[in-house]
Amino acid sequence: MAGNAWRSTLLKLLARCGVRISDASSAPEICETTPLILHQVSRVMGAIKTQSPQPRTFSRGIQTVTLIPGDGIGPEISTAVMKIFEAAKAPIQWEERNVTAIKGPGGRWMIPPEAKESMDKSKIGLKGPLKTPIAAGHPSMNLLLRKTFDLYANVRPCVSIEGYKTPYTDVDLVTIRENTEGEYSGIEHLIVDGVVQSIKLITEEASRRIAEYAFEYARNNQRASVTAVHKANIMRMSDGLFLRKCREVAENYKDVKFTEMYLDTVCLNMVQDPSQFDVLVMPNLYGDILSDLCAGLIGGLGVTPSGNIGANGVAIFESVHGTAPDIAGKDLANPTALLLSAVMMLRHMGLHGHANKIETACFDTIREKKVLTKDLGGNSKCSEFTADICRRVQDMD
Amino acid sequence: MMATLTKAFKPILGRQLGNTAKVFGAAVNSQRGKPTYPPPAKYGGRHTVTLIPGDGIGPELLNHVRELFRFSCVPVDFEVVHVNSASTSEDDINNAIMAIRRNGVALKGNVETNHTMPPNHKSRNNLLRTSLDLYANMMHCQSLPGVQTRHKNIDIIIIRENTEGEYSSLEHESVSGVVESLKIITRNNSLRIADYAFRLARDKGRRRVTAVHKANIMKLGDGLFLQCCKEVASGYPDIEFDSMIVDNTTMQLVSKPHQFDVMVMPNLYGNVVSNVCAGLVGGPGLVPGANYGRDYAVFETATRNTGKSISNRNIANPTAMLLASCLMLDHLKLHDYANMIRGAILTTMNETRLHTVDIGGQGTTSEVVQSIMRIIQSGGPLTTEI
Repeated sequence: MAGNAWRSTLLKLLARCGVRISDASSAPEICETTPLILHQVSRVMGAIKTQSPQPRTFSRGIQTVTLIPGDGIGPEISTAVMKIFEAAKAPIQWEERNVTAIKGPGGRWMIPPEAKESMDKSKIGLKGPLKTPIAAGHPSMNLLLRKTFDLYANVRPCVSIEGYKTPYTDVDLVTIRENTEGEYSGIEHLIVDGVVQSIKLITEEASRRIAEYAFEYARNNQRASVTAVHKANIMRMSDGLFLRKCREVAENYKDVKFTEMYLDTVCLNMVQDPSQFDVLVMPNLYGDILSDLCAGLIGGLGVTPSGNIGANGVAIFESVHGTAPDIAGKDLANPTALLLSAVMMLRHMGLHGHANKIETACFDTIREKKVLTKDLGGNSKCSEFTADICRRVQDMD
Repeated sequence: MMATLTKAFKPILGRQLGNTAKVFGAAVNSQRGKPTYPPPAKYGGRHTVTLIPGDGIGPELLNHVRELFRFSCVPVDFEVVHVNSASTSEDDINNAIMAIRRNGVALKGNVETNHTMPPNHKSRNNLLRTSLDLYANMMHCQSLPGVQTRHKNIDIIIIRENTEGEYSSLEHESVSGVVESLKIITRNNSLRIADYAFRLARDKGRRRVTAVHKANIMKLGDGLFLQCCKEVASGYPDIEFDSMIVDNTTMQLVSKPHQFDVMVMPNLYGNVVSNVCAGLVGGPGLVPGANYGRDYAVFETATRNTGKSISNRNIANPTAMLLASCLMLDHLKLHDYANMIRGAILTTMNETRLHTVDIGGQGTTSEVVQSIMRIIQSGGPLTTEI
C-alpha cells in the first residue's frame, strides 16, 4: 500500500485502541489501554519500524513452494513426493510450473515468465529431472535456471543409507561447489587450426561468496570443519586466489576448523577412508567430479539429494539423476532422490520436525527391504514404495 | 616436426593429405620411440641412470632402491642429481634435465612445490615433464594379492596426457580480482596420446579403450580430444573404443571398477582418475608410474606424493618405488632382473606382518626391503653379502 494509505489505516486502528497520535514524531498519548492492547500496539509499531521483512517461514502458516515436475519420470516422482508430504501433514502448498525454454524479447532464451514470477514470490523450488534436447538450439535448462536465479552454490550432502549396501559404510560429508564460474565459464577459442584454448575464470567476488556460504552452512548445521579443495601447486594464480579468499573468510569463523587439501590427495583419501571428510568447498570442475564421486560412494544418483542456493534468498532443490525415458510412465521409478531433496528443503525452511519424520520413514522403508524399487534391488512399483512411506509417516503421528 | 613431415610426404604421394598425414605422421613419429639401437648410456655392459631424490620420502626410498640393486648385482649405475625445491633459481632443475638428456632414463622422487611462491616459480616436476616432452604418463593399477581392499581384482591401465591441458601454467590477472587460467588442447598432442594408448592396448592384448572427457561442457577443448581419439580408434578395428564423461567415470569407478580396461584422458582428469584408482587398489604406496616421451623415460610413483609427514620415520611403503624401478629395468631390457625383483616384492606382499602402516600393518620399510633381499638371495643368481 502507498505510504499515506498505510498511515491513515494505522492511525484509525490505533484510534480504536484508544491511542491518539497528533503527528508522527511525538510520542503516542495513551488514553485508555489494557495490557493486551498495549502489547498488540507495540507489536504493530515494531513491525512498522523495522525495515527487514517479516520472516517467510511462520511455523503455523502454509508455505508456498514452486514445483517443477520435469520430464521422463519427473511427473511420477513429483506426485509421489506430494503424496508423502500430504500424509505427513507438512505445511506446504505446491505450485506446479513448467520451464520449457521460450524465446524472449531480444532473441535471448529464457524461462517462462509465470515460472520466474512464482519462484521469485515463493523463493523455494523443488525440481525434477529436466531433459536437455541436443539440437534444440537453446542451452541446457539447468544452465538457464542457474543464470536466471544466480544459483551460486550447489550443496550435496552425502550420507550412507543404512539399508542400501555399498562398499563404503561410514560416509557423512557435504560437498559445496561453486556453480557459476571456474572451468565451466564456457569461454573457448580456436586459436589456430588444431589448437584450442579453454578459459577457467576465478573471481574474488564469487570465491568469497562461496566460502562464506560454506562456513555459514557449517555453522548452521553443526559441522566441525571445512576443507578447501584446490590445485594451487599447478594453477598458482587461479586456485591461489580461491584459497586466499577461503583463508580470509575462515578468519571470521573461528569456531569452524579450516584445512586445505590438494584435489588428488582428496580423491586418494576419499576412496580409502571417506569418514575423515566433513564439509568440502571447491571451484566448479573439482566440485562436479568430487560431488559425483561422493554420490557414487553412497549408492549413485538415484539416492542423492542436492540443493542450489542463489543470491536473493532463492533456493532450488533437485534430484540429479536423469529423466530415464525408458521407464517413464511405467510406475517403476525410485522417488528417493527427489524425496531426500525435499527433506533438505524442509530443513532449509526450518521445518525440522516434518523433515526428520519423512526422512526416518524413507530410511526405514529402505532398511526393511520389502518394497524396494528395481534400482534398489527389489521389484516393487513406485506407488507401493510411496504407499509404504506414507503409511509409516502416518503411523508415526 | 609435423610441418616437415607433411612437406616430406607431399612430393612422395603427390597430393594434399591434410589430416591423414598428421595421423600417419604421428604414428611414424612415435614409432621412433622404440629403441632399435642400444640405449644411449650403456657402456661396458652397465647402464647409467639419472637419480633425482626429491623431497619427503623420496631420498630414503631411492636409497633402498640403490641398496637393493647393489645387492642383486643389477648392472645399473646411478648418477645422483639433487634438486633443491626451496631455491628460486632454475639451475638445479636444468642440471637434472641435462643429465636425463645425457642418460635417457631417470628414476625420481617428487620435488615439492611451495604454492605460496609467486606464479613465475613453476612446479619443478612440471618443468621436467614439459622440457623433456614426456607426453604419456602410464599407470597400471592392479590389485595386489596380499592387500585387503574394498574391491578385488582390479586391473586398469590409465594413460594420461602429461604436457598440456590444464597444466599449461598460463595464467593472468587481466582485471584486479579476476584471474584467467588457460587450458590448451592441441590436435597433435591428442593424436599422439591416443595413438600411444591404442598401441599399448594392442601390445598388451587389451580389449577396450575408454576416453574420459567433459565434452558436453567444454565443447571445443575436450571435443577436439574426443575427436582425435575417435580418429585413431578407426585405425585399430580390433580394439573397442568408447567414451565416458569424467564425473560419471568417477562414480562408476567407486561402484563398478571392473568395467574399465584401458583409459585415456587429458591431464587434469588423469590426475583425478589415477588417484581414485590408486586408492581403490590400496593406496599411494603400491602403484608405480612411468612417464614416456619420444626419447626419454622417467619413472616414479604413480600418485607423485611427497609424503612429508611420514619421511625419515622408516614407515613409508617402498613397494611403489621398487615396482617403478622394475619398470625402469624393463625399459632398459633387463627383463630377468626386473622379474626377479618383482616376484620377490609380490611374495613379500603376501605376508601380512610385513605390511607397512598405509596398508594396515605395522611393518617398517627396512623390514620389507630386507625380506625382499632375502627372497632374492634364496631364489636368484649370485648376490653380494647382505
